[in-house]
Amino acid sequence: MNAEKPSPPSPTWDYAPALETTTVKLFKQYEHFIDGKFVAPSSGKYFASINPATGKRLTRIAHGTEADINAAVKSARRAYDKVWGPMDPAERSKYLFRIARLIQEKSRELAILESMDGGKPIRESRDFDLPLVAAHFFYYAGWADKLVYAFPGRTPTPLGVAGQVIPWNFPLLMAAWKIAPALACGNTVVLKPAETTSVTAMHLAAIFQEAGLPDGVVNIVTGPGETGAALVAHRGIAKVAFTGSTAVGREIARSLAGSGKKLTLELGGKAANIVFNDAPIEAAVEGAINGIYFNQGHVCCAGSRLFIQESIHDDFVERLKRRLETIRVGDPLDKNTDIGAINSREQLDRITGLIGSGIEEGAVLHESGGALPTEGFWCRPTFFTGVSSSHRIAREEIFGPVLSIMTFRTPAEAVQKANDTCYGLSAGIWTDKGSKVFKIASELKAGVIWANTFNKFDPASPFGGFKESGFGREGGMQGLRDYVVPG
Amino acid sequence: MTFSLKGAVPRVDQVGTEERAASFTKRSIKGESKREALRLAVSMMDLTTLEGADTKGKVSQLCRKARQPMAARYECPPCAAVCVYPNLVAHAVAELEGSSIAVASVATGFPSGQYPLAIRLADVCDAVAAGATEIDMVISRGAFLEGDHARVSDEIAAVKEACGEVPLKVIFETGELQTYDNVRFVSQLAIEAGADFIKTSTGKVAPAATLPVTLVMVETVRDHFLATGKRVGVKPAGGIRTAKEALQYLVMVKETAGEAWLSPGLFRFGASSLLGDVELQLAKLAEGNYQSADYFSKA
Repeated sequence: MNAEKPSPPSPTWDYAPALETTTVKLFKQYEHFIDGKFVAPSSGKYFASINPATGKRLTRIAHGTEADINAAVKSARRAYDKVWGPMDPAERSKYLFRIARLIQEKSRELAILESMDGGKPIRESRDFDLPLVAAHFFYYAGWADKLVYAFPGRTPTPLGVAGQVIPWNFPLLMAAWKIAPALACGNTVVLKPAETTSVTAMHLAAIFQEAGLPDGVVNIVTGPGETGAALVAHRGIAKVAFTGSTAVGREIARSLAGSGKKLTLELGGKAANIVFNDAPIEAAVEGAINGIYFNQGHVCCAGSRLFIQESIHDDFVERLKRRLETIRVGDPLDKNTDIGAINSREQLDRITGLIGSGIEEGAVLHESGGALPTEGFWCRPTFFTGVSSSHRIAREEIFGPVLSIMTFRTPAEAVQKANDTCYGLSAGIWTDKGSKVFKIASELKAGVIWANTFNKFDPASPFGGFKESGFGREGGMQGLRDYVVPG
Repeated sequence: MTFSLKGAVPRVDQVGTEERAASFTKRSIKGESKREALRLAVSMMDLTTLEGADTKGKVSQLCRKARQPMAARYECPPCAAVCVYPNLVAHAVAELEGSSIAVASVATGFPSGQYPLAIRLADVCDAVAAGATEIDMVISRGAFLEGDHARVSDEIAAVKEACGEVPLKVIFETGELQTYDNVRFVSQLAIEAGADFIKTSTGKVAPAATLPVTLVMVETVRDHFLATGKRVGVKPAGGIRTAKEALQYLVMVKETAGEAWLSPGLFRFGASSLLGDVELQLAKLAEGNYQSADYFSKA
């Protein structure tokens, strides 16, 4: 051995495929879950659910219509009036704890299904989604009989039936975020999962059955956007909770005006991830990578705008380039996969279109090398340098693994550029200097701000947006507020 | 007192470092990939005995083990080196004659380093004269923690000079330096002072090698290479007992510094009990099922 004359590099050592076994119970067809039973859609129609990693049909999902929504709301109302509303809160709590434990028990199966249906890597569905899903039910189970402590001096009462429409990026987790606080506060629920990711919601329904949750407390109706629209428009619901795009959120807000329904919206984002020149550099690189490529970038709070202090820009970009090469894109069920499949053809087209606009508008594209699978929907992890605040890729939510890198000179400029957006869901600050963290955080207009980390979630921590990223908070004690009349 | 280094020493975030290190443990290494990695790990092993009770007999056994860790049918390569106290260097050299296995000697008042520099340098010269082909020195942690970085640097340079052509590994005893910022700083310091390898621990202090500490060191040698074109090796030592852990280190090295570091010339494991578990795993891959640990020689 002699470090001056390094021995020749050893032959390439790569990881063999490490596929998760897929011996899970995947049904050929999924029905609605109404009044505690799985029922066929009144239209008799089903639509295909595609496995985005293969582009092939995974299963068939019931196509919900207004009649199905009517039945679901009716059942939810009955359950609210007769069972769940009058129930002793401590009893509600027991059901939620039971659901949480069952989710933990079945988490492996659910994680596999989540990856097969949505394309996200098994490592994430196993280590991130499922533990948090259970944690949310545990957390709100604890609140169910302690609501008076969340609203001191008042007597909170439930709202009635909550209509909830959730997105496809974290199917089970979003269901948990919506259902757990609603039930803890004594409401009943009609949930409409996203069209491309309904499978795990129906497995969650089976868990509700197994937990003995009274019929009608949670109803799940699947279908496309129109099904969700029918739910939102239904006169029998007292509250709408929506997570999804800003465009749809706007429509919902418009349609609910004057209806007296409560509304919370968790919409898009274009988060600023700000790296100062005194940042812990390795951690900041990881934070930039995790901030944008986590879950293929299908994250509303993704750090999709990276602001690097000018003095470290070039070095940081080189580090990102090197790091990009170690990211493994491929089969979501391979335990070594970092980035899985893009959720749908439609989303892939949207991402590709925006990448095209970045090139056209003069930004410089960098992407990882290596071959992509030939079937299914895939996108290389990508970032742009030389981006200006007016570029489309700096203003529009891409919802894919595409990062826009810009620079700043001073803290004031960083804040100004970070706030130069119509969104305000999240932000990240990277500096080793604590006082700077607090100063910058107080000046950023974003609902969640991470310091020297990114994409950290905890059921006890509220989540929600400023500006066009929506209103209302989910998670934490604050998440209870939108599911009660404080009294 | 100010002491400045040529290379940059970025701040290290504790939470981020530990999180990143943990991410490497999530890689799943199977089949041929596992076999290849385990063989690589054996070839990177500095088989070590550093006890007051060490005898020529013990060292002889260790040397034979290093030459042929397992029955020939497993195609297990020899270890990289045998690591002993200076008194046993000559014996190890004789035992390993004709092999490519290095004889590494700890020196400079191992493990504490709390001796006058003249004695520590004499220790090095003795070991080299006895035929040691690698020297594992310890830094003065006391001086480092006092803030006398210049002394630490000068001592390393002096030891390097005493080593002559013999490659020098510099042991930090990261368990005593404690913070990742200290590890990053001392790594850069040792590299600039002439270290050929930077090494975590003596094995006499807990915690010894950990994945995050080694990650910080690997990041330092990578950044040094990118800045200067010179490659320095890294040796985690102490506390690595299972094949699974060894694989996690290899994953970390591959994804942090790149494939070039996956070589005994640039990465070593200092270990005494790791080899046994690696053998067990290699045999399992060959035979298809786990065998009793009783079937593998312990030394």
